[in-house]
Amino acid sequence: MTLLLPVLAGVLFAGGTYLVLTRALARILVGLALLAHGANLLLLSAGGRAGAPAFIGEAGAPETAADPLPQALALTAIVITFAVTAFLAALAARAHHLTGSDAVEDDVEDRRVARSTPEGTS
Amino acid sequence: MIPSLALSFFAAAALLAGFGRRLRRTAVWLALAPSVAAAATLLAHAPRVLDGEPVRESISWVPSLGVSLEFSLDGAALAMGLVVSLVGAAILAYTVWYQRDPIPLLGRLNLFAGAMFGLTVSDNLFGLFVFWELTTIVSYSLIAYDDRSPDARKAGVHALFVTALGGLVMLVGFVVLGTEAGTYRISEIAAAPPSGPAVTAALALVLAGVLTKSAQVPFHGWLPAAMAAPTPASAFLHAATMVKAGVFLAIRLAPVAMGNDVWQGVLLTAGIATMAVGGWAALRERDLKRILAYGTVAQLGLLTVLAASEATVAASVALLLAHAGFKAALFMVVGSIDKATGTRDIRELGGLRRTLPGTWVVAVAAAASMAGIPLTLGFVAKEAALDALLAASPAIAAAVAAGAVLTVAYTTRILGVFWGPERTAPSSSPAPGMTAAAALLAAAGVAFGIAPGPVEALSGSAARAAGAAAVALPAWPGPKPALWLSLGSLAAGWLAALLPIGPRRGTAAASAAFDATVDGVLGFARRATAVLQNGSLPVYLAVILATVVAVPGAALVTAAASPAGLVPAESWLQAAVGAAAAAAAVGLLALRNRLGAILLLGVVGYGMAGLFALQGAPDLALTQVLVETVTLVVFALVLGRLPERFDRPARPAVGAPIRVALALAVGVFVTGAMLSAAAGRADAPVSEAYLERSLDEGYGRNVVNVILTDFRALDTFGEIAVVATAAIGVAGLAAGIRGRSER
Repeated sequence: MTLLLPVLAGVLFAGGTYLVLTRALARILVGLALLAHGANLLLLSAGGRAGAPAFIGEAGAPETAADPLPQALALTAIVITFAVTAFLAALAARAHHLTGSDAVEDDVEDRRVARSTPEGTS
Repeated sequence: MIPSLALSFFAAAALLAGFGRRLRRTAVWLALAPSVAAAATLLAHAPRVLDGEPVRESISWVPSLGVSLEFSLDGAALAMGLVVSLVGAAILAYTVWYQRDPIPLLGRLNLFAGAMFGLTVSDNLFGLFVFWELTTIVSYSLIAYDDRSPDARKAGVHALFVTALGGLVMLVGFVVLGTEAGTYRISEIAAAPPSGPAVTAALALVLAGVLTKSAQVPFHGWLPAAMAAPTPASAFLHAATMVKAGVFLAIRLAPVAMGNDVWQGVLLTAGIATMAVGGWAALRERDLKRILAYGTVAQLGLLTVLAASEATVAASVALLLAHAGFKAALFMVVGSIDKATGTRDIRELGGLRRTLPGTWVVAVAAAASMAGIPLTLGFVAKEAALDALLAASPAIAAAVAAGAVLTVAYTTRILGVFWGPERTAPSSSPAPGMTAAAALLAAAGVAFGIAPGPVEALSGSAARAAGAAAVALPAWPGPKPALWLSLGSLAAGWLAALLPIGPRRGTAAASAAFDATVDGVLGFARRATAVLQNGSLPVYLAVILATVVAVPGAALVTAAASPAGLVPAESWLQAAVGAAAAAAAVGLLALRNRLGAILLLGVVGYGMAGLFALQGAPDLALTQVLVETVTLVVFALVLGRLPERFDRPARPAVGAPIRVALALAVGVFVTGAMLSAAAGRADAPVSEAYLERSLDEGYGRNVVNVILTDFRALDTFGEIAVVATAAIGVAGLAAGIRGRSER
């Protein structure tokens, strides 16, 4: 296994985490994209060292074929990430269209509950 | 036969609830029938049971799990069952005249009687628990019977809280006890009692149920509050039967528990404290019903003390029977006075001897038994208890005698309403049926006081079932130390009644403590909600991520490992592509220009494609290029609508230092977790089989494709569903935006 892939995944996760903790909707989107890339890298690196593409020629599978299963899982993940990212992007655009702001605001109801708690009991 | 008796109570309750009003007078007979049938059946079985031959029955319920409904009628169950059926019958008869619209109350009392009867004859810990909690629930509905009164509802909740919580703790104890014993059948546990630290823990948990149900200090507050119930319910549940369930369980478990120091210590301590607290509080009350309630608390304390030691088990059963009779009768007396005069305050009552003569006679007879005057069952039982205690533990005997002084004092206070000048004149006299029902119980107390033979047999049989010795219950013990102690406490109590002990001001401490506990829990819940559910999405995320780092991260630190054959990178090219992607990702953090962000995100995405290709995954690389391109188009479209630059929000939800620290921690955790997971690989990859079977079974040479469309086709189907759902969502959202813009 190569050290590069897990380390790069760590970098992507760190960057993604930093971005999703902000309030700007656009930065959260970018952060999610980074997190998704990191996750895909993790899947891929679980397959071990690099190898030949897992194609079966006339002589059978190559001796050094890369593990095909993590590739299949990562492929599924890439497509799903794309679908979810597109949906979130549309949601962000809609939210901005309605509110004119791209900040993730606190939930009004929860703030109200928190404020209604007086000091002391009941 | 035995389970059908419990069922008949439930059936009567159901019939009364469904057709009670249409049946009119027949409903009364229907309400009384199960009690009479139960009493008759128990009496028919009595000779065998008293000979030491318990009647055992078992109904297989879930045979594959070994769960069956088990019932046993031994001495203790017979004694308690007779109380439930006979005292119950008298109280039900009293209810017919006492309550304006008796049918609903009769129904619920029958429901309770069924549950209590089931508890009494249950021979299985789980069965006993189910009936135990059923009595708790019915007790709640009876205390809060006047559902328009806030006080009654509050008292009901108080009782429900305390006793149901105790019951749940007890259930845990039952499970431990049953596991240790290898059986949940009480008679089998009693035959071969387990021991050890686990059993001590189990008994400590069971004590929670015993102490809450029998209203022992510090849980006693619910019982005086429960006086909000209709008087027949108070007489039945909160004097004669339900509150005895704790003591009854203590007697039932005696073979396992009696030798246990924790069990005995807690029961003795709680019992003596309860005697003192209850007796003193009764003297400070001015409401007849509450005096009786605190008196019951004190008597339950005495019963608990007696149930704790082998020498006094027989006496505790005798006193349990005596108490059920005289306390139920006294509650009925108070109900009659309340109904006739409209008040229960002893300061407003006097001279009732002349205006309510029948009630007076009953009250004197019942009170004599409560105070322990010779020739009553109360005297016989207390005498036996003192006699046994003087031999075993004089200190406890002294405590019991002191408790008796308080009992005599508040009994004198109660009887005071019949003497002296007349204060509140009765507007009516109680129905003869009410007086007759109370008179039956009071008379029984006197009759068994003169001829205690049946009680002696019953208590002896119960004691033997509990592994203790029977004791003689003579009507007149002769000049013995116990007698002098008894007579001394009578005299002292009569004098104590003359002491000017003032009424209590404000609410009782136990009640206030319960209120404070409930308020504290609710207040804590509100504050916790305000802190944890503060409505900020970034804060929630930060909490979740911090948990990920802290909990699995801690495990990772202890079990970190490095996989074999680790190389820094496959090639210089891979290292270069990886470094470029990493640099672009780091650059994204600082960049606030949206176009630049899109470009850098593109660098990361295409970098991924390059890494995939170098890893030997051309399909992945192709897909990534395709998806990345479309994603960039989407981002360009969406971000084009958002502000030119990412605004700095006025107040970040999570401060920058925390964000940086959390981001670094997550990054390190992910890398470490990946390396450790790779090091943990023990088996050959499953994909070796895929490589072999791909061509033969999937008819494809591209193994990744065959996996997606054949071996793991269901995954792909799910993926398509996600994409389709997201597409519908995007279409809907986009349509909304367009529609707004055009308007």
